[in-house]
Amino acid sequence: MNGEGWLAAGTTPGDVDARIARPALAPRFGAGWRIGLSVSLLGVLVLMLTVSVLLTVGVGIWGITRPAYWGFAIANYVWWIGIGMGGTFISTALYLLRQPWRNSLSRYAETMTVFAVCVSGIFPILHLGRPWFFYWLFPYPDTMNVWPQWRSALFWDFCAILAYLLVSVLFWYVSMLPDLATLRDRAAGRMRRVVYGFLALGWQGEAREWQRLEALTRIIAALGVPLVFSVHSMVALDLSEGLLAGWHTTIFPPFFVAGALFSGFAMALVIGVPLRKRFRLEALITERHLDRLAILLLTGGLVVAYCYAAEIFMAYYSMDEYELAVTRFRFTGLYAPVYWAAIVCNVLAIQPLWWARVRRSPRWLFWIGLSVVFGMWCERIMLVLSSEYRPFLPAAWGRFMPTVWDWAMLAGSIGLFMTMLLLFVRWFPVVSMHETRQLAHESAQGSREAQA
Amino acid sequence: MPSLSRIDELRRLLADLRGPALWQQLDQLAEHRALRELVEQQFPHLSRAPAMDRRGFLRFAAAAIGGTGLSACSGPPPERIVPQQRLPETTVPGKPVFYASTLTQAGSGIGVLVETHGNRPTKIEGNPGHPSSLGATGIHAQAAIMDLWDPDRSPMILRGGTEVGAWNGVLAEFAKIRQAGGDGLRLMTPSIASPTLRAQIETLLDELPGARWHRHDAVDLSAAAEGARIAFGQALQPQYRLDRAELIALFDADLLAQGPGHLRHARDFAKRREPPQMNRLYVAEPSPTPSGSLADHRLPIGGERVAELVRLLAAKLGIGDTGAALDPTAERWIAVLAEDLRAAGPAALVAAGPAQPPSVHALVWAINHRLGAVGHTLQFIAAPRQGEPYATLLSDMEDGKVETLLMLDVNPAYDAPQSARFAEALQRIPRSVHSGLYTDETARLSHWHIPLAHALECWSDAEAHDGSASLQQPMIAPLYGARPAHEILAALLGDPRPQARDIVQAHWRQRLGDAGFDTRWHDSLRQGLIEGTAAATLRPALRELDLQWPPPLPGPVLEIRPDPTLWDGRQANNAWLQELPKPIALNTWGNLAWVGARLAQQYDIENGDVLRLSTNGASIEIAALVLPGQAQDSLTVHLGHGRRAAGRIASDVGVDVAALRPADGAWRSGPLTIEKTGERRILARVQTQDGMEGREPVRRATLAEYRQHDGALVEDETPQHSFYDANPPQTREPGKPAWGMSVDLNACLGCMNCTIACQSENNIPTVGREQVDLGRAMHWIRVDRYFEGPAETPEILSQPVPCMHCEHAPCELVCPVGATVHDDEGLNVQVYNRCVGTRFCGNNCPYSVRRFNFLQYADRDTESLRGGRNPDVTVRSRGVMEKCSFCIQRISAARIQAENEGREIGDGEVVTACQSACPTQAITFGNIADKDSAVSKKKASPRNYDLLAELNTRPRTSYLARLRNPNPALETNGEDQA
Amino acid sequence: MSIGRPGLLARFDTPQTLLGAVQAARSQGHRGLRAWTPYPVEGLAEVLALPPSRLPLAMLLGGLAGGLGTLALQYYSAVIDYPVNIGGRPLASWPAFGPPALEMTLLCAGLVGILGLLLRSGLPRWHRPEFDWAGMEQASSDAFLLWLPLDDEDGEALRDWLLSNGARDLSRVGGDS
Repeated sequence: MNGEGWLAAGTTPGDVDARIARPALAPRFGAGWRIGLSVSLLGVLVLMLTVSVLLTVGVGIWGITRPAYWGFAIANYVWWIGIGMGGTFISTALYLLRQPWRNSLSRYAETMTVFAVCVSGIFPILHLGRPWFFYWLFPYPDTMNVWPQWRSALFWDFCAILAYLLVSVLFWYVSMLPDLATLRDRAAGRMRRVVYGFLALGWQGEAREWQRLEALTRIIAALGVPLVFSVHSMVALDLSEGLLAGWHTTIFPPFFVAGALFSGFAMALVIGVPLRKRFRLEALITERHLDRLAILLLTGGLVVAYCYAAEIFMAYYSMDEYELAVTRFRFTGLYAPVYWAAIVCNVLAIQPLWWARVRRSPRWLFWIGLSVVFGMWCERIMLVLSSEYRPFLPAAWGRFMPTVWDWAMLAGSIGLFMTMLLLFVRWFPVVSMHETRQLAHESAQGSREAQA
Repeated sequence: MPSLSRIDELRRLLADLRGPALWQQLDQLAEHRALRELVEQQFPHLSRAPAMDRRGFLRFAAAAIGGTGLSACSGPPPERIVPQQRLPETTVPGKPVFYASTLTQAGSGIGVLVETHGNRPTKIEGNPGHPSSLGATGIHAQAAIMDLWDPDRSPMILRGGTEVGAWNGVLAEFAKIRQAGGDGLRLMTPSIASPTLRAQIETLLDELPGARWHRHDAVDLSAAAEGARIAFGQALQPQYRLDRAELIALFDADLLAQGPGHLRHARDFAKRREPPQMNRLYVAEPSPTPSGSLADHRLPIGGERVAELVRLLAAKLGIGDTGAALDPTAERWIAVLAEDLRAAGPAALVAAGPAQPPSVHALVWAINHRLGAVGHTLQFIAAPRQGEPYATLLSDMEDGKVETLLMLDVNPAYDAPQSARFAEALQRIPRSVHSGLYTDETARLSHWHIPLAHALECWSDAEAHDGSASLQQPMIAPLYGARPAHEILAALLGDPRPQARDIVQAHWRQRLGDAGFDTRWHDSLRQGLIEGTAAATLRPALRELDLQWPPPLPGPVLEIRPDPTLWDGRQANNAWLQELPKPIALNTWGNLAWVGARLAQQYDIENGDVLRLSTNGASIEIAALVLPGQAQDSLTVHLGHGRRAAGRIASDVGVDVAALRPADGAWRSGPLTIEKTGERRILARVQTQDGMEGREPVRRATLAEYRQHDGALVEDETPQHSFYDANPPQTREPGKPAWGMSVDLNACLGCMNCTIACQSENNIPTVGREQVDLGRAMHWIRVDRYFEGPAETPEILSQPVPCMHCEHAPCELVCPVGATVHDDEGLNVQVYNRCVGTRFCGNNCPYSVRRFNFLQYADRDTESLRGGRNPDVTVRSRGVMEKCSFCIQRISAARIQAENEGREIGDGEVVTACQSACPTQAITFGNIADKDSAVSKKKASPRNYDLLAELNTRPRTSYLARLRNPNPALETNGEDQA
Repeated sequence: MSIGRPGLLARFDTPQTLLGAVQAARSQGHRGLRAWTPYPVEGLAEVLALPPSRLPLAMLLGGLAGGLGTLALQYYSAVIDYPVNIGGRPLASWPAFGPPALEMTLLCAGLVGILGLLLRSGLPRWHRPEFDWAGMEQASSDAFLLWLPLDDEDGEALRDWLLSNGARDLSRVGGDS
């Protein structure tokens, strides 16, 4: 692949390593990082407290009730796993499309994916009335000879999360082996050499190892794309297998995938922009990178906007009284503010991205990304609740109102995500060294040829 | 098979042992023959199994003991009691035994069958042979189980309200009273339905000439009898024969859901309402009631105005003169009604409710007399003598004329008009003795308190609404050493060792004569009715009426009514009743001020606003509910709430409205001033949406439309195309019954009997006020209620919604662990111990009938509550989904019975709890595969329709559309759309 | 491989020089060459004449096993082992059985691939003799290393030859040294 112009001119493999490895190997770290970490750890404490209360008292501590049996837990789950999607897409689809610029982004994008998926995995389990029995969804030879109920979208989703989590975690780790080896070889203190050496599993970068890693990367990339799309389609089916008006629509799987990628790209910006600044990666993550990400974000946003429109259109096209009602409830009902917030943050807020200047301005991109991340959370809440709270029989109409525990759970999950992320950026290479090295060599060579 | 005696032997040996002690005892018992027998009988396969080690045996022994109720907290009653069915001398432990008995509510007896498991009463069923029940039960009867096992019941004799007293001490007091010849002795009781007890009191009044007897009913139902005293010169009890009435006009009278005989009234009414022949019902009332909800023409009007209505009606029929002018709607309503009545003649029936003064009743009797209805649709029987009015007692107490006050089963310190005044006077009495189920407000102020035995714990008898008497037999020995009223009175008269059974038996031996008495006694116990005791109907002559009409109170007027579920508050500590939604209004846990839409507008009142209501120089603060169909010139509040000393359930729930009652205990007071305090409170309603939103879950038509219609009245919207084969082979097992249910909306009163019956049968927990307000009530069968039309005069539609047991159940499809599946008889079953609680099934049920244990709702700690649970139904734990099971435990009981007798299950053999409780028999259950079954016939009706059929769920529960039989004359103008 | 054997470790600065040297060495009949690079160098495997990796095939088989196995399990449990009526759907609801099968295909393929990579590369192996060779750690940053066995032939000749082919510094590694 031709990597010309994707790094600042004259970036040599040497500086690549220096730039990336230095922070990981630095003896001490900035105060900002320490403050950030302590705040995140506070969030983790909140999460632990919430979970222990949840397990001792029951899911009744949340606002969920009849008819809204699902609340924040499901919405948060969908939101988090969606955020993960963007990362996988960047590292796999763009790889298949031979997009050299992905190399600088793939590592932290995948990292974001892995952590987001881990966090999302908490929710469906704790959401259960009896979480300690979650493994009953798994087909294992139990004494009662009972099996899971294969027709339930929840089981499909269980498989999907399992596959997605295992594959993305392991692939992320394996593709990090060469960089761990680099750290091992460059580390000063014995302690670090031992730790990195242990993690590197003895990787040496021999031709045969590279050959296999290449093969694996290609195929995992090929699997990754269907994985991303199928996993989030399953998530969508969790809702659309239901009869509820507003859930029971065929557009949900593509709608959810689009939303997932959308929020994923947004999160990639929200994390990438500060990283780039903090680790002075401007030479590796250039404005052109940001520009490409912004274009992806805009595209995703437009698809999502189209889905919103399509839902409304289908309601009026079908003239199904329940679909119409749900659409009305979304516009004017109890959760209308959430709906309009989603529209503003996901559709209006991204329009500035039509201008190249905005697309190349880190500050703009950070805030737009943040608004989309928030907007997508609103969308998940809206999708889950606006159909639930007014079911078919008016006599059963009710309402969901979040309790302090609902919010604690959300805050805690964010804290956990940030903690994992901060610990990672402290000890591990935030940009794939061997991939950028390659870029550096090629660009260096390219420039040499140009001179010749 | 061990006989009862053997089990009793074991029970003695295991008497109140718990925990380790029980195990040690078991260990010594391991060789005991009775225990061996019991275990073998409970676990037959063990006898075939190779010899079992001691430990293993003990495990099964424990199971067997639990299974046969040997670990119950109380034994069977000492005397011989007679089950309803003819049983062999030995009973099978674990199999329920039914006893016929009697429960008393509102001064009238209802015949019941008590289901007992190992001598523990667990469920109340109606006694089909009893005139007041015909197999149905009211909510208070259902709740009796919860009362019996209530851990807050009075546990011991008290002295001075606090310290423990002894029975001997009470006897000593009684001796002193006797020596005084009863001078200054006052006996205070409610209206008494037990002829034996009345006879005992008469004896007491003879033997102690100084004594006097006063009647205190917190909810006074005597107006009808007093009206008869005016009209006919003697106190008479009316008998409403709705089975003969084609046209019924009710003035502030909820005949179908309240008062003596209401279950019978509802049944008779529904019988006359099966199309193509339908009776017509006019109802004028201040607040919507079940009776009003079925009315063809309902006129919301303040209770104070009803007198004018009746006077106008009477005048139009040529009796007396009219009162103050009424608004045109009411005038027209009465005019049309008068025409209709004249046309119907003797087939008409006019009735007024207990909230109306005697004068109105007198006028109503006169109207019926004029129509020729008396003796046909309206009959009279003699009213038994009751005590003197309460008012005289209160003044005597204040004048110090009362030496001793004996209060039997009353709680005047809480529920008397101006209870505060009474409490004050009570403390100045030299000697006060109180006997009741609880150490209530009165008990705490009395010198002596004696725990009163619950109706399921003691012998007695009671008269039904038609005067026929039935016996009450104990299912279980008194849990807290409580005493029956009979024994307390006997002790007062000097009987050292009174036995209620002997007293009751002696009374009847004397009334029925010695000849063949024992067999009659035995049969009466078995049947739950003493043959030939129904009172003779009288043909009283109407007097010349000279009625006094006090000027009506200026509106708005405060209507003070008994609570639809708690009545006068004596059952306030019953969580089932607290959580049972009030019919029509559907609020729970506490009382609300029901406000009409227009009045609410006028005072800018919204749901939950706290109002300060002031009248009679007193005021209360109570939250408001804006209730469609409530009359505009009145507010309604309910008695029975705001108990100060009732137990952990009732204390401080709701507001005590006694302070606002006039001294004479009238049912309304005014003039009323209404202010908003600005505070807001939660309403804890089970339904917050009033209208149908154009979705028509309740299908309606008029009788005329029904008649001219041929074929289905409601077209079937079930989609016929299917991705799969429309009816896959395995959904129905050939030869097996296919269970289905039909609910006739034309007969549904919305009275909530089905809901509480289901709660009792299926061990459904209560969740409390806040949880209900969140929407987490657990009732398996809920009664949806819709208001259609204008808020002032809406049409009121009730719709019971159990699980539909869909053939294409959406809930089953989405459960990832297969915790809800179909069985081969088409039931949608819930497997509690497999449920992990994803709640997707709850979301995916279009009927929202699934209930989730968000918290640990079932009380697992309170020992006594365990006794009242149905051992055939699992007690659910936190985190699992539950729902209506079509009473699968009853189905399997019937199946086992049928298999043992080598036959099919017959039609009507399986009766669900809701079905048996329903007074109008709106619910039919059975095998829809059998084309001749009752349920199949119902489903063949042109009114039959499936709820949300368009979703292709293929429900096994279907509905019969609601019909109205309006008078065209009133239908033509838009003013009244009721 | 030839870990015990003595050999020459040559360092190159660019992938091109490395590739050139390898080609030349092989054309001279050198066998048992080994190369270490800081990133995958295109064509290196070819000039080293490494046999193509069988990882893709393994992943294909793993994926098929996972997918078909899942379908088989679902059919067996829902139709043969424990048939029960769920919402009136047929016992074998193939459309509903598809999604889990798809996910399991992807999962198994991925697992086989990743485990295959580690196992075939003999990882994890925390100590390898190569770690002791001087300059070895360079391979993980910017050095391109080539190792030639030195059995019987004359080390000096080979050394000069390598230098002439663009090698920067040379060291004798392995064997008893």
